[in-house]
Amino acid sequence: MTEITSLSLFELIKNIKEKKISSNEAAKSFVDRSEKSKKLNTYVTENFENCLKLSKEFDNKPNFDLKLPGIPIAVKDLFCTNEVRTTAGSNILNNFVPSYESTVTQNIWNEGGILLGKLNCDEFAMGSSNETSFFGNVQNPIAKDLVPGGSSGGSSSALAANLTPVTIGTDTGGSIRQPASFTGTVGLKPTYGSCSRYGIVAFASSLDQAGPMSKDVKDSSILLEVISSFDKKDSTSIDFKRNNYSSELTRNIKGIKIGIPKEYRVDGMPDEIENLWKKGIEYAKDCGAEIIDISLPHTSYALPTYYIVAPAEASSNLARYDGVKYGLRSSGESLIDMYEKTRSEGFGEEVKRRIMIGTYVLSSGYYDAYYLKAQKVRQLIKKDFDEAYNKVDAILTPSTPSSAFKIGEKSNDPVSMYLNDIFTVPVNLAGLPGISIPAGRDKNNYPLGLQIIGKPFDEQTVLNIAYSMEEKINYKNNITDWWME
Amino acid sequence: MVLCDIIFYHMTIDLKTVKHISKLARISLEEKKAEKLADDMNSIFEFIEKLNELKTENVEPLTSIAETTLRFREDKITSDNIREKILKNSPEKNDDFFVVPKVVE
Repeated sequence: MTEITSLSLFELIKNIKEKKISSNEAAKSFVDRSEKSKKLNTYVTENFENCLKLSKEFDNKPNFDLKLPGIPIAVKDLFCTNEVRTTAGSNILNNFVPSYESTVTQNIWNEGGILLGKLNCDEFAMGSSNETSFFGNVQNPIAKDLVPGGSSGGSSSALAANLTPVTIGTDTGGSIRQPASFTGTVGLKPTYGSCSRYGIVAFASSLDQAGPMSKDVKDSSILLEVISSFDKKDSTSIDFKRNNYSSELTRNIKGIKIGIPKEYRVDGMPDEIENLWKKGIEYAKDCGAEIIDISLPHTSYALPTYYIVAPAEASSNLARYDGVKYGLRSSGESLIDMYEKTRSEGFGEEVKRRIMIGTYVLSSGYYDAYYLKAQKVRQLIKKDFDEAYNKVDAILTPSTPSSAFKIGEKSNDPVSMYLNDIFTVPVNLAGLPGISIPAGRDKNNYPLGLQIIGKPFDEQTVLNIAYSMEEKINYKNNITDWWME
Repeated sequence: MVLCDIIFYHMTIDLKTVKHISKLARISLEEKKAEKLADDMNSIFEFIEKLNELKTENVEPLTSIAETTLRFREDKITSDNIREKILKNSPEKNDDFFVVPKVVE
């Protein structure tokens, strides 16, 4: 039989339900493999002992009606987990142990999932390479010294390395889809308001969304079904009718209209990305989709807009880290001195940079020029999508303008790092669902992803298109376990 | 669309401004780091100034992507006594309070 750790979530659930594998056997396999994979630096906090204990308890009293029966799952360390340390990749939360559970993780435990551990990420989810984490770089299992993407880099790496059957990330400007693209995995950012933000360490509240990351599209549909819920504890959670995403998953997308936005053909885009996109269009046609050229005229303004809106919201959200109620405290002569030293020592460079930008654009005299302007442009970006969706059901684009890069290659140039998110950021600004699926390889054999963007609340169409194209693309990751002793 | 579309008419953020912003943000800054930060912020703002190309006088700002009005809830206590849990993570506390450096002389 195939190794337990290389099974898809769907197969693992099936085997557990048919009693061919016990929850404890599954937990042991993932714990063993995770123990042997410390070089990847995916875990910030391990929950291995507890996971093994809980899996035994599940086996003693199994409930096979649950959607994730006794399935061990590691999650991004941005989700608050009751009594389990939650750091958000930051020194300032190094010792923070929440006394409550995020809604998204609670939904997973309610359906039988068991916490394997907390996965590394960029500090406060600010980054595109996992290099801003206080807990160090994460290695991409695809090749040595390659970034796994970010901010959900620990999640994408652990998933691609088979250390967890599925995982969850958060996506503010591409933090699920870009790392999925860099590791040959699937990552879905749902519609804003689909998954509760309650208990997720806040970065930019009008953009943050949690979502599934998995080895294939079907697994993402299973996990989305579990984590997407209306939640009174999140003031922007939306009460809409959610599909049974996994049972409604179909490869029948005949006649579906897919838009190709000409503005995503950016100058300086490598040929291999252009070619991947062309191939993707052919795959979509093969699946029965109708391809339509569309225009999203304000695309090039999305990143500048994002780099006003996101830091502004971050500077406000991160004002709570003051060394008083929780987290790190540095000693200071006065209260203000204590605040300033705590925040200086507790935050890393990228987080400080974004707090500074955010504080600047919100400061007296600059608010209209920057923040208000950005909100207006955000409206124009959203209207572009609204108009496009009068003509098409979904949009197909590359996920990223390049494949994974080397650790250290872009860490000294913030703007070149930000350009990574050029294709993913507009989706967050407009609050839309978007998925990245692996679709090919570059000249170095590193994975490349395609993005499918949907209408608000239409995750089902996004999943169906991805599911259909996935079959035609037939991509398989080639992981050699190079990091193991 | 051009990847490196740099516009030069932005206002330069000088060292004095950086120090003022760091005061507002309550982050202490060493002189050397302040210079680096000024450089970084200037390159980011060069990039952001691209928005000036757009005329937006008649555009409504988008304040929330969820087109619903915020819900009201009843104003009642829903949690039990969680004082201990809340205080548990505090870097310095006495029995019932968070402790901070002396504020009043």
